[in-house]
Amino acid sequence: MRNRFWLLALIFAASPLQAQELAADNYRAYCVQCHGMEGNGKGVNIRDMAVQPRDHTDAKSMSGRSDEALFKVIKEGGPAIDKSVLMPPWGDTLSDEEIRDMVLHLRTLCKCKFGS
Amino acid sequence: MKRLFILAVLFSSAPVLAVDGMAILQRDCAVCHSLTGPAAQTLKDAWSRKGPDLFYAGNKYRAEWMTAWLQKPQAIRPAGLNYGEHLKAGVKGDEVDTATLPLHPVLAKADAVAVTAELMKLKPHDDLISKEKLESGSISKQMGEMAFDKFYGCLACHQIEPEFGGFSGPELYTAAQRLQPEFMASLIRSPQAWNPKSWMPNKQLTDMGIQKMVRYLDVIGKESANAK
Ligand code: HEC
Ligand code: HEC
Repeated sequence: MRNRFWLLALIFAASPLQAQELAADNYRAYCVQCHGMEGNGKGVNIRDMAVQPRDHTDAKSMSGRSDEALFKVIKEGGPAIDKSVLMPPWGDTLSDEEIRDMVLHLRTLCKCKFGS
Repeated sequence: MKRLFILAVLFSSAPVLAVDGMAILQRDCAVCHSLTGPAAQTLKDAWSRKGPDLFYAGNKYRAEWMTAWLQKPQAIRPAGLNYGEHLKAGVKGDEVDTATLPLHPVLAKADAVAVTAELMKLKPHDDLISKEKLESGSISKQMGEMAFDKFYGCLACHQIEPEFGGFSGPELYTAAQRLQPEFMASLIRSPQAWNPKSWMPNKQLTDMGIQKMVRYLDVIGKESANAK
């Protein structure tokens, strides 16, 4: 009984105030609308877009972006790295932690690293 | 036979305003709509919701629109509430699987009036609404569209006329008919203040930009109302 209590107390103390989401879930919730279910840039919203979203499975173009640039464009939006305003800033939606996880997630989609 | 008689007495003795809007809401609507809040705090919770939150309906909607819509509901979100549930792979990319979009229950007039009256009492966000001060002013449709599309990129997710624009957000050519102007301003200022897990990002518009967008939505809202 005593042990159980301490275990519970520990679990509660360890959980952060705002629950952090998995990068794959955040991707599904926020990115898929433009970048597509497959991450290939062919989301449901693209028909009338003047600039087409990035294909996240394209290792060639994705390896041209540093992790810092990816962090910046997710948090502050396309114009922060001289790209389209159609890429929104997600800084009020995702925590910095979640954005860092998202950068790692993007690296698994393109199976690439910066400069490789 | 006796039963029938008792029923008849019950009905004839019922007060004139026989429709209990809150009872209808609890019985027929609460399964899909949150009437008490809070908004979803996790994606799991957001994805599990079957209808838009109505617990701040009095801060958001126009009563006359709501009464009319409930009697003749038409799709507002071209890809449904949770667009991810209504996608299929198409030739050019993801498409809306329209066959999976649900039809909304239809209410009789008396019920629609009673339900609207109850929903319009729900105003937990007067604080957010009172922060918005809309100044009168005008914007041409052309300038408004330029800002909406080219400067702010709102067209990515929203349609500004039938079949033009994105799919994941609610259609906006009817927004001004549906929504209170202060609500539109407040939501554009911070979607997360209303719904922390909203699919809509905060585009960080200036006060001036927000005013412009509300005016523009008013222009296209009036135009689409007149076109009917
Ligand atoms: C099966 C789930 C379901 C039930 C039951 C349901 N609704 Fe809805 N409701 C929805 C969905 C989904 C939408 C969004 C429709 C759209 O975007 O096209 C919606 C939209 C609405 C809207 C418009 C608000 C908006 O922003 O879209 C109102 C008002 C509304 N419902 C009221 C009611 C009332 C009143 C009842 C009960 C009589 C009810 N609903 C029952 C799912 C439901
Ligand atoms: C990435 C997609 C996306 C972008 C970009 C976007 N929105 Fe939205 N918008 C949405 C979604 C999704 C909703 C529904 C939000 C909710 O209920 O949390 C919404 C809701 C709205 C509403 C309320 C509509 C209603 O019926 O509830 C207005 C007004 C609006 N957006 C205006 C704008 C403006 C103006 C811009 C540009 C500054 C913009 N949006 C950019 C996705 C987007």
